[in-house]
Amino acid sequence: MTTLKRPSHSIPKPAAGTVAVLIGTRKGAFILRGDKTRRNWKLSMPIFLGHIVHHMVLDPRDGRTLLIAARTGHLGPTVFRSTDFGKTWREAERPPAFPKAPEGQKGLVLDHVFWLTPGHGSQPDVWYAGSSPQGLFRSEDGGRTWDGVSGFNDHPMRSAWTGGIGDGTPDGPKLHSINIDPRDPKHMYVGMSSGGVFESVDGGKDWKPLNKGCAADFLPTPDPEYGHDPHCVLLHPLMPDRLYQQNHCGIYLMERPEDRWIRIGRNMPKRVGDIGFPIVLHPHDPDTVWVFPMDGTEVWPRTSPDGKPACYVTRNAGKTWKPLDKGFPRRAWFTVKRQAMANDAHEPVGLYLGTTSGEVWVSRNEGASWTCPARHLPEVYSVEVAELSK
Amino acid sequence: MKVRIPTPLRSYTAKQSVLEADGATVGEMLAEIDRCFPGFRFRIVDEQDGIREHIKIFINEKPVRSLSAPLQPGDTIDIICALSGGV
Repeated sequence: MTTLKRPSHSIPKPAAGTVAVLIGTRKGAFILRGDKTRRNWKLSMPIFLGHIVHHMVLDPRDGRTLLIAARTGHLGPTVFRSTDFGKTWREAERPPAFPKAPEGQKGLVLDHVFWLTPGHGSQPDVWYAGSSPQGLFRSEDGGRTWDGVSGFNDHPMRSAWTGGIGDGTPDGPKLHSINIDPRDPKHMYVGMSSGGVFESVDGGKDWKPLNKGCAADFLPTPDPEYGHDPHCVLLHPLMPDRLYQQNHCGIYLMERPEDRWIRIGRNMPKRVGDIGFPIVLHPHDPDTVWVFPMDGTEVWPRTSPDGKPACYVTRNAGKTWKPLDKGFPRRAWFTVKRQAMANDAHEPVGLYLGTTSGEVWVSRNEGASWTCPARHLPEVYSVEVAELSK
Repeated sequence: MKVRIPTPLRSYTAKQSVLEADGATVGEMLAEIDRCFPGFRFRIVDEQDGIREHIKIFINEKPVRSLSAPLQPGDTIDIICALSGGV
């Protein structure tokens, strides 16, 4: 285990306003609004009903701009944008797309935009998007127009890093987990399924793999440089040299400038294991992390181990883990996808997760107990939390 | 030429189910529609100029799969969302 370092950023005051949970589903988006107690919730009517919404994200820099990554079963991928917190929407004038290939060559076709990340605080109109197949895109005008990040999309190693279409996840290989270092907008990390974790220190002009120490037991190579399957990678905003990832092969931590992942999931109970999709970080305590384990044995059901849904928390950066299952059904067989679990910034921290069975679960006490204020939704793909000022 | 628009694309065409458009090919016809209704084309044609997997285009009831398919004045074009695209 690495030595705990002190946070490099001052700890912000806990949020005190209301919370809105932004829910992306297979058949549209929803907003679940809470009151200040976070006990009472009101669900909106569907937004873009029938659209496949992979991600809906609030711009924390202005507190009112929402972006949605959407497509339908028939229609190609696009991005919708609202500057009034969802009252009105407009489509991006130039959505993310790969460049047209020269005559006679086969070019990449963007299947869907999978991930949206607001840019650095010093770059108010910058957004990044990750796509399936793996591509990185950037907007400099708040999501109206998008261009490919050539340093990644045209990198001579991109094809090797990403493998073929069949090397990705069941609904397509994807680039996700776009993390911007709060100290330096040019320092970025991304995750790819498959591909692994990659880092850029020059604003995306060049990239290098960052996968040492991380298992990839689905590959024949014992310790490959790339080809891994990070499910969700997060940089801690108060300690940006600390990275956590929930990987296909376990839970990991990395302390930069070290470049080796340490498997902290080995300390999870053996009957549960450390496979899962999402990972959530405590906004004020870099040692506290929540995961939602899933069954990764035999044929990979991807449901909770033994059908017993439970969140697990560590409060010492992975040395020990504790189950948090009060309120969850004793048996259930849903999956929580990689972008379907999030936290607020209140004290105590609120946790939010969405299930493939269309439920949204809320904990207002850091996972100690859970309630289900929204059910019977379509399959939940993503959950994000918007802190509102009122 | 008359172009019949399926319901998923009518948010682009101000709810119009039938448009009048010109063009010597399917590609030119779609480009003209996109000039009038920005964003329309990319939802049904990808960045490599391929007609998207679950979109079918018929000229006078005959299917075509290429933007270079020629058009004649008086043709009727149907843009169809295939059953296979349902989710």
